[in-house]
Amino acid sequence: MKDTYLDLVNGPLKQIAKTLGLPQPVKLQRFGQTPAQYLSAPVLVLGTSPGAQRIADRLLENDFEVRRHPGSGESLRAVIAVFDDAREPDDLSQTALELGASLRSLLPCARVISVSQALRPEGQDPEEAATAQAVTGLTRSLAHEMRAGSTANGLLLDGVDVDAASATAALWFLLSAKSAYVSGQLLTVSSTAGEEIRAAEFVATGDAGPLAGRTAIVTGAARGIGAAIARTLARDGAQIVGVDMPQAGQALAAVMNEVGGRTLQLDITSDTAAERLAAAVDNQVDILIHNAGITRDKLLANMDASRWDSVLAVNLQSQARINARLGEANLFASGSQVVSLASTSGIAGNRGQTNYAASKAGVIGLTAASAQAFGQRSGSINAVAPGFIETDMTAKMPALTRQVARRLSSLQQGGLPVDVAEAIAFLASASARGINGQTLRVCGQNMVGA
Amino acid sequence: MSTPHSRAVILGGNRIPFARSNKQYAKASNLDMLTSALDGLVARFGLAGERLGEVAGGAVLKHSKDFNLTREAVLGSALSPTTPAFDLGQACATGLESVVTLTQKINAGQMESGIAAGVDSASDAPIVVGDSMREILLELSRAKTLPQRAKIASQIRPSYLTPQAPSTGEPRTGLSMGEHQAITTAAWQITREAQDELALASHRNLARAWDEGFFDDLSTPYLGVTRDTNLRADATLDSLARLDPVFGRKLETPATMTAGNSTPLTDGASTVLLGSEEWAAERGFTPLARIIDAEAAAVDFVDGAEGLLMAPAYAVPRLLARNGLTFADFDVFEIHEAFASTVLCHLAAWESEEFCREKLGLDAPLGSIDRAKLNPLGSSLAAGHPFAATGGRIIATTAKYLRLTGQKRSLVSICAAGGQGLTAIVEAA
Repeated sequence: MKDTYLDLVNGPLKQIAKTLGLPQPVKLQRFGQTPAQYLSAPVLVLGTSPGAQRIADRLLENDFEVRRHPGSGESLRAVIAVFDDAREPDDLSQTALELGASLRSLLPCARVISVSQALRPEGQDPEEAATAQAVTGLTRSLAHEMRAGSTANGLLLDGVDVDAASATAALWFLLSAKSAYVSGQLLTVSSTAGEEIRAAEFVATGDAGPLAGRTAIVTGAARGIGAAIARTLARDGAQIVGVDMPQAGQALAAVMNEVGGRTLQLDITSDTAAERLAAAVDNQVDILIHNAGITRDKLLANMDASRWDSVLAVNLQSQARINARLGEANLFASGSQVVSLASTSGIAGNRGQTNYAASKAGVIGLTAASAQAFGQRSGSINAVAPGFIETDMTAKMPALTRQVARRLSSLQQGGLPVDVAEAIAFLASASARGINGQTLRVCGQNMVGA
Repeated sequence: MSTPHSRAVILGGNRIPFARSNKQYAKASNLDMLTSALDGLVARFGLAGERLGEVAGGAVLKHSKDFNLTREAVLGSALSPTTPAFDLGQACATGLESVVTLTQKINAGQMESGIAAGVDSASDAPIVVGDSMREILLELSRAKTLPQRAKIASQIRPSYLTPQAPSTGEPRTGLSMGEHQAITTAAWQITREAQDELALASHRNLARAWDEGFFDDLSTPYLGVTRDTNLRADATLDSLARLDPVFGRKLETPATMTAGNSTPLTDGASTVLLGSEEWAAERGFTPLARIIDAEAAAVDFVDGAEGLLMAPAYAVPRLLARNGLTFADFDVFEIHEAFASTVLCHLAAWESEEFCREKLGLDAPLGSIDRAKLNPLGSSLAAGHPFAATGGRIIATTAKYLRLTGQKRSLVSICAAGGQGLTAIVEAA
C-alpha cells in the first residue's frame, strides 16, 4: 500500500512538516536503486583494538575509503565502532564519545555499526559481561536517535573474532542498501563457519550472485512477502521452487514465471508435505524458506478452536514437522540453510493476536533449538521477524491505525516486503552460516515490540 | 506386431479447472484461457523464457480473428516468443490429435519438446450473421458509389439482423449431437439407470481425485475457480433420477438422456508437456508415460448407417489388432463421456457378437471392460467437456495415474463430431 504521507513530506509538505515538528521519514535507499550498492563516501572505523584495525584493513581490501580518526568534518557513509576488547565499562567511553561526535557528518541513509562481544553468562567475567551488554544498550538507543533514514545496528561476536567469515558478511549486509529497514538490531556470529565473501561479491546478482548455483524452496510464494523473497533470492542467483496452496496457483505461476522458477501447489500442513518438498528438489533440500503464514485475529476471550488451531498448524507446526521429517530422512543437503518467518508480534505480543504471536514466538524457539542440528550438517537455521510491512495484510488495517503503526518505528515508515526478503537472502547465503539459531528483526526499530 | 519404441514421453500437464459455460469464465476468451493454462504448465516445469520445439493446439468454437490462436497464446505466455506454434482441429478429438501429432514429430526426431493444447469457450463463442446478411455486407464492401450502396442496403430485411449463435448441430443432418446420440442410445437399448450409474461413478471418482490432491500438479486455478464447477460431489442416483430427459423426447422409445447423464457446455483449457527421453533427462523431468500408437476412425452417420458417436467402436479394435493386444492387456480405460450412453453404446458394441462379426469382421466379440478400470478419476460427465480441451485432460490424467499406481497400460478413446473418433494406447514410461 502506498504511503502517501511519506510522499508528501518528501515533496510539497516538506517545510510544513518541519515547522510543525511532524514526523519526517525519508525515502530509504534500497538495493538496486543506485548504481553503487554501498554509499560512496568514507567509512570511519573507531576503536583502538587490533580487531578495529583488522576491520579497517578488511574494508580497504574491499575498496572502501576508510578513516581511522574522527573530526575531519567530511561526509561519512558509515561509522563502525569497535568495542571487541572492552573488558570494563570504562573501556567504552572514548569510542562512544567519538562516535557521538561523528554523527553529524553522516549522510542520509548512513549506517552505524557497533562491534562487541556477545553476552555469554556462563564462564564470562561479570564485569566483562556487563561491558558487553552495555554496548547493546548504546546501540539500541542510538538507533532511536538516528535521522534521515540512517540506522544503527550491532555485531555480536560469540566466541569468534572479527575475522570470522560471517562477521565480514554481516558487515557487508549492514553497510549495504540491503539492510535499509533493519535498525536497532544485534546480530550474533557464533562460529567461523561460512564462506569468505568480498563486498563486491555480496552485491553481485544473477550467476555471480551470492546464491548462484543453489536451489531455494519458498513457501507462501504467491504474493506479498513470499513473492518478494522469491524475486530477491532469484536476483541473487538461486533457482526457485515456489510453494503455495493449490488455490493460490494462478498467482504463484505468475511469480514463478517472472523469476524463472517452478511451482509446487501444496498444502504445507499435509502429512506428505516434507516428502513432496524434497521430491521437488531431487531429495536434496538446500535452502528452505518457511514463509507461509496466516492470521486469524480475535481476542482470546472470543477465540475459537478453528482460529487457534489453524494458525498454530500453518505458522508453527508445519515448520516443525517439515524440519523434523527432512532431518530424519536425511533430505537436507550438506550446508542446507533454513530461514523461518517469525514476527515482532511473537516478541512483544499484539492485542488480538494471541494465536499468531504464540505461533511466531514458537518459531523463534524452534529456530534456536534447531541450530545445533543444522550446524552439525554445516548449515544454519535462522528466523526473520518483520515489523510493520506494507502488504495486503496491513492494507486491511483501519487507516488511522495504519498511519500510526507506520510512524511508530525509528525510521517513521513501514517496511517493504523486499526489506524482509533482503534479510532472508543474506541469512540463506553460504557466507552467513556462522550465524545460527538467531532471530533478526526487520522492523525499522518499531517501538512496539521492544 | 511389437510395439515400436517411442522416444517421446509425456512429462505432465496443466489445465485450468473447467467451468460450466456462462459462469466464471463467461468473459474469458479462448486466448485468455489457453494462455493461462500454458503459463501454469510453464511455471510447473520452470520453462519461462525457454524455446520449445512446437506448441500445437486448437479450439472447436473459434473466432475468425483467432486464426493463429495457439501462436498468439504462446506470445502471451512466459515461453520464449521464438517458440513456434500451430493450430489444428478434429472437433472434440483436437486435444488428443495435438498430443499424437507432437508425439510423432518428436519420435521422428524433428524436435525435442512440445506442448499439446486445447481450449474451448462455449461462453465467448463467435456469433455470426446469416448468409443473406453476409452476402449483402460483402456486396456493400464492393460497391463504389453512394447510389449503389443505397440500393444494396435497401435489401436488408429485419430478420437478416438476427445473429446465428454456434450450435452443436451436425451440418449435414441438422440434428444436435444429443439427438443423434438419443437415436443410438435407443438402438442399443441403453437404460436410464445404467446411464445414471455411469454419471454417478464419474462424479464420485472425480470428487475423490480432487479431494486426494490428485490434480494439485495437473491444474492451476483460474479466475478464482479451483475445481471443476460441474462436479457434484453430493450427486446420488436419486438426484440424477429426478432430472427430466432432454434428448430423444420425439422418439418412440422412452427418452433416457438427461442433463445429469449428458455433458454440459463447458469452458476450459488444457495442456500436456511432451519431450524426448533425452530432453527430459537433461532437465531432470520424470517421464510419466508415452503414446504407443493411435488410430482414428469415422462412420457414415449421415444416411443413418451408424450412430454419430460410434466411430471409436471401430477405431479401438483396429488399434488393438495392430498392436496385438486385447482388453485384458489394459489396466485403465479412459473413454470420453460425451454422454453416458455414448460410453455404454461402445461397451455394448464390443460385447456384441453380432456387431463385432458384422461391423468389425471379427470372429468373436472384443469382450467386456472391467468397470473398476473405466474412467477411474472421473471423466467428462463430472469434469465437463470444453471440446478441444478434453483430450489434454485425459492424457495428463491417465499418464499421471499410470505412474502413481504402477500400472502399465491405458486405452484412451474420444468420440468427435462429424462421425469421427480418435483412440490411443498410453503406456507407463
